[in-house]
Order: sequence, then structure tokens, then C-alpha cells
Amino acid sequence: MERTTVDLWVGAFVVAGIAALVVLALKVGNLSTYNVSETYQLQAYFTNVGGLKPTASVRSAGVLVGRVTEIKLDTERYEARVTMSVDKRYQFPRDTFANIQTAGLLGENYIGLMPGGDSAMLKNGEIFKQTQSAMVLEDLISKFIYGTSEKSK
Amino acid sequence: MRAPENQAGFNFVTSQALVEIRDVNFTYDSRPVLKGINMTLPKGRVIAIMGGSGCGKTTLFRLIGGALKPNKGHVKIDGQVIHELDPQGLYDIRRKMGVLFQFGALFTDMSVYDNVAFQMREHTDLPEEIIRDLVMMKLHAVGLRGTHDLMPAELSGGMARRVALARTVALDPMLILYDEPFAGLDPISLTVVGNLIRRLNDALGATSVIVTHDVQESLKIVDYIYFIADGVIVAEGTPDEIRASDKPFVHQFVHGEMDGPVPFHYPGGDYQQDLGVRA
Amino acid sequence: MPIVKSLRVIGRRTVNSVWRLGYASRFFMLTLFYSGASFRRFHLTVKEMFSSGVMSLIIILVAGMFVGMVLGLQGYETLKRYGSESALGSLVALSLVRELGPVLAALLFASRAGSAMTAEIGLMKATEQIAAMEMMAVNPISRVIAPRFWAGVISMPLLSALFSAMGVFGGYVVGVVLIGVDEGSFWSQMQSAVDFQHDVMNGVIKSFVFGVAVTVIALFEGFDAPPTAEGVSGATTRTVVQSSLAILILDFILTAFMFRGE
Repeated sequence: MERTTVDLWVGAFVVAGIAALVVLALKVGNLSTYNVSETYQLQAYFTNVGGLKPTASVRSAGVLVGRVTEIKLDTERYEARVTMSVDKRYQFPRDTFANIQTAGLLGENYIGLMPGGDSAMLKNGEIFKQTQSAMVLEDLISKFIYGTSEKSK
Repeated sequence: MRAPENQAGFNFVTSQALVEIRDVNFTYDSRPVLKGINMTLPKGRVIAIMGGSGCGKTTLFRLIGGALKPNKGHVKIDGQVIHELDPQGLYDIRRKMGVLFQFGALFTDMSVYDNVAFQMREHTDLPEEIIRDLVMMKLHAVGLRGTHDLMPAELSGGMARRVALARTVALDPMLILYDEPFAGLDPISLTVVGNLIRRLNDALGATSVIVTHDVQESLKIVDYIYFIADGVIVAEGTPDEIRASDKPFVHQFVHGEMDGPVPFHYPGGDYQQDLGVRA
Repeated sequence: MPIVKSLRVIGRRTVNSVWRLGYASRFFMLTLFYSGASFRRFHLTVKEMFSSGVMSLIIILVAGMFVGMVLGLQGYETLKRYGSESALGSLVALSLVRELGPVLAALLFASRAGSAMTAEIGLMKATEQIAAMEMMAVNPISRVIAPRFWAGVISMPLLSALFSAMGVFGGYVVGVVLIGVDEGSFWSQMQSAVDFQHDVMNGVIKSFVFGVAVTVIALFEGFDAPPTAEGVSGATTRTVVQSSLAILILDFILTAFMFRGE
């Protein structure tokens, strides 16, 4: 068996195809922003997660520190239990605030962490004590209308 | 049963038979194609099966190759009943057979060299150098060694037929089947292919069966001829017997007469009535 | 009785199609069963990848580029109304990776490579090459059909990935280079919207399924074609029509499974 020009062409085709897949994964997709370093799990309860989805980012001071891995309804508390994996390099005090925030007015939801002053740090599997649910636009608007009509009385 | 002698004084019945066809009936879509065919094809001979178009000779050919099953009777090759073999057994016996299809059936996506090497590569573990030598020998035998790196589309009809012939005998088969080997060839290619069939058969010690309607060419090269019409054998004999035959069908066929036992007109109603001449 | 007659015709057609479907399924199973040689003697498959995959490259790349450019233009026009031109990257990438890449690449593959496969197999049958192979004790399914099948199945996801990548590039050229959308937000919006597993891998799975469907249809139509000129041309047409329909129907089914409710 000898090598032929057909082999060269098919080889180039396969390399190009796999390269395209890699481009789609890294440049177009979010594979590059997945944390390759080790992570630990943290949980938080919210009365309303709004438009939060698995793989949404977890940020602190605007820096990406982790991702949401799971959103479930806890049927004991009837609240949403959000599990997120956070980069091991970043530790957060026990009294850290977890808020669901929105990128821009109509952008996607993410979890913002606002660290407190506690000296003890959150460990794997622990829960954020203080959370703030998603800001739902309809609620805000109705509050605004309700509030102004109250005043005008 | 009579025991005809051919030119060489060879006794046809007492010689060992490679292919025996006994009482074979075949029906296609409830239309009987073959009705009680009996043939004995002895080793080392070239036998022609002749007949008009649509007489069932191609069906007979496919029965010998094991591509079809007879409704009644059997075809025995080398002592084995073909239609009773399992797929593996059929493949095993086909390895000892060579088939030249009408118009050659060369693989159009392979070069001449690869076509001839095809069976050697599929069925043997021979190293490439030996395959190369074998291919060149086979191509040399048909006089086309110089074409080995051409594609089949670049060959003329006669050359393609000769390459197909080289491919057919690639594994030195014991039985070679030819389906219309003379169809669509010019007179020179016709003679070349005819002579090659005879020479390859004698060189390999094989048995050849030629299905054809080309009387003149086959009379020159074969040892024995069967005539089939309407699914039965109507005549058989050596070329000399056939030439001398006064049977009306054979006479019409050999001399290519327009009307005779095989009528010119397809059966129809009264001609004058069709034209409306007669009320 | 015209009603009885037409009922009889419908009945015969139905029985015929079911019969053909069963035959096609057996053909598919046999192809899988006799696939060993396609991998043991991989150069057979490589040769077919050249004629189906490599020969489809140009049409796939050019088409991908232009589809991406159109997406860039149209997407920009629409997004501008809501003042969210920065989402152009995610619009272009999501539509390509999830839908347009696999589906359009498969449609092009069906008409470029699928029809060629049908015509080739049909002609091989018409010129008795398949019968000759059988008489040489070589299984044509293993030697002719299976390598073409695997070549198609391997080529399809690669072609679809190339189509999508080329489309993203086309969208980038129109959106960023020509119109002037901010380059940073183009890429970052794209990356935050496109998930590797959910979008890219599902697109790959889709194109794999399409590859199986297109090549099986093309090879079966060729194998089953009546050995005449009309037979082969009819089979070629049927390949393009049936595989296009199969792609679109399968796309709906797969999309329903992959992206429901999330």
C-alpha cells in the first residue's frame, strides 16, 4: 500500500473539519470559559429565579467566578434551590449576599455575589444565607403604578 | 442417448462431466422459461448455448452461476448441487468460476490494473509484487499489458472485452462462463476474442460455456453446441453436425434466414381485417 | 367501477411502499453487518470520503459563507430596531450551530454527494458490475455499499462543522467588518449564548443522524434502481427528494427532543 494524493486530500479534509469543530467549541461556544481548575459547590435559595438558567455565570465584582449547574424547586420550602460550582481559587465569607441580577435591561440573568465581612469562609455544599431574588420587570412596573396612584390620592 | 464424436475424436459422454444439468425447469412470473433442460458439460471443452433473443439462455446461464434457483431439477457443478449450497458454499464454488458478462462489466471506478488485480486482492493474501507480476501476465495473455494504468472508460469496446477476459481468468478458474462475449464487437475484435476464449480455455485446462447468438464465430471455436428455443433443447451437436443439419430451425438460425420455424410475424389477427379491407 | 379501481391502486401502492421500506431496513442492517471490511481496509472508505466529502467541500464552504453573510445583514436589520445590534454574534452563531449548519449542509450533501452515489451504484448495477462482483464471490454490500455509507457518515458532521464555522466567519465579515458592530461584543455575546454541549454537540449529533439518513437513502435507491437509463435517473431524483424530506422531518423530531422547554 502506498500513500496517494487521495489520502492527502481526505486527511486535509478531516483536519479542516475537526479544526472547524474546535473553532465552534472555543471561539463560538463557551468551552473556553468553562473553568478548567477545580471547583466547589455552593447553594442558594431564591423565592424567584426569573430567567436564570443552568450554565448562567456567577460573578463577583463583575469577575466570572463560577457557573450555575442546577436549578430545582425545593418542595419543602417551595423555593428554588440553585446549585453553582465556584472556582476553588475564590473563597467567599459566610455572610456573602447572592443576588440574581440582569445584564442590562433585557439581558440574561446571572448571579452576583457581594461579599460581607465574616472571617469564616463558605465550604463545599454550604448555603448562602442571604439572597435576593430576580427583579421581575412586571412587578416593578405594577409597584411603580400602584405607588404613584397611592400618592395622588 | 447417442455419443457424438467431435473433430478430435473425443467421446462426449464417457468423459468426466464438470457441469450436469438435469431436467431443469424454471418459471418466471408464472411464465415458463425453461422446460426440462438436460445438458452435460465435460471437462476441458468449450460449449456454446445458442438461441434467439429471449429463449431463456441467459436464465440458464444464471442458473449455472447460482444466481437463480430452478423450480424443478438441479444443476451440479463438480458434484455439488448448486441451489442446495449455503451462501458460504456458493461463494466457495464461485471462486473457482470465472464469469465474463455482456459488455465486460469492468469496474468503472478502478484502473485496468486494479480490475484484474481485484479478485487476487479480495481472495488471496499475496504480496503486492506477486500480484503485480500476475496481473501483467494476465494482461500480456490478452495482449493489453500496455493499458494497465488506463481507466475502463479510455478503452475501446474490444479492448474492454479483452481486459474483462483477463479479469475473468485472474484466479485460473475451472469453469468459465461467457455471456454474449461477441455482442457489439467489430470483426477484428470478434476474431481476437474468439481465439482468446479458445486459447485461454486450453491453456488453463478449464471448461468454458458460451451463451451467444453469434453462430458463425462460435462454430469456429467451440466443441459442442446446444440450441435452445422456447425453453427446450431443439438441437445439439458438434459444429460439423450443426452445419450439416437439415433441421428447419437450425438451418434458419445458422443461415440467418428471415422466415421459417421462427416466424417473421408476431401472431396477430387477420391482416386484411386489421386494415379494414375485408368486412 | 372507478372507485374500486382507485382503491385497488392505493392498496397496491401502500403494500408496495411498506414492502420497499422493509427491504430498505434489511439493506441498512446488512450494511451495518458487513461493515467490518470498511474499517479493516480503511483505504476503501478513505477513497469514498474523497468523492463524497472532499468533493463537496467547495459548495459547502461557499454556501456557508454566504448564508452567514445573509444572516449578518438580516439579523442586523432586525436587531437594530430593538437597539441590540451587539446580540448579532449570538444570533448568527446560534442559528448556524443549532439549525442552519446541520440542515443546509445535509441538504447540499444530499444533492451533491447523495445523487452521485445513487447514480454510481445504479449504473454499476445496470452495467452488471454488482452482479460481476457477486459472481467473483465478493459481497457487494461489504465491498461497495458499506465503505460509501461510512464515508458519508464520517464526512457529514465535518462538513456541517465547516459550514457553521464558515457561516460565523461570513456573519463576522458583514457584521463587524462591513457594518461596524463592535467586535468585542460580537464575540463575547456569541460565547455567552452558545453552549458547547447544548448547542455545538447537539448540532454534531444532528448532522450525524442526517448523514446516516442521506447515505442510506442514496445507496438504497441506487441499489434498488431498475437497471435502465430511466430507472437510474428516477432513482437519483427520488434520492434528492426523499433525503431532503427526511432531513427536514428528522430535524423537527431531533429539535423537539433536544431543545424542548429549556
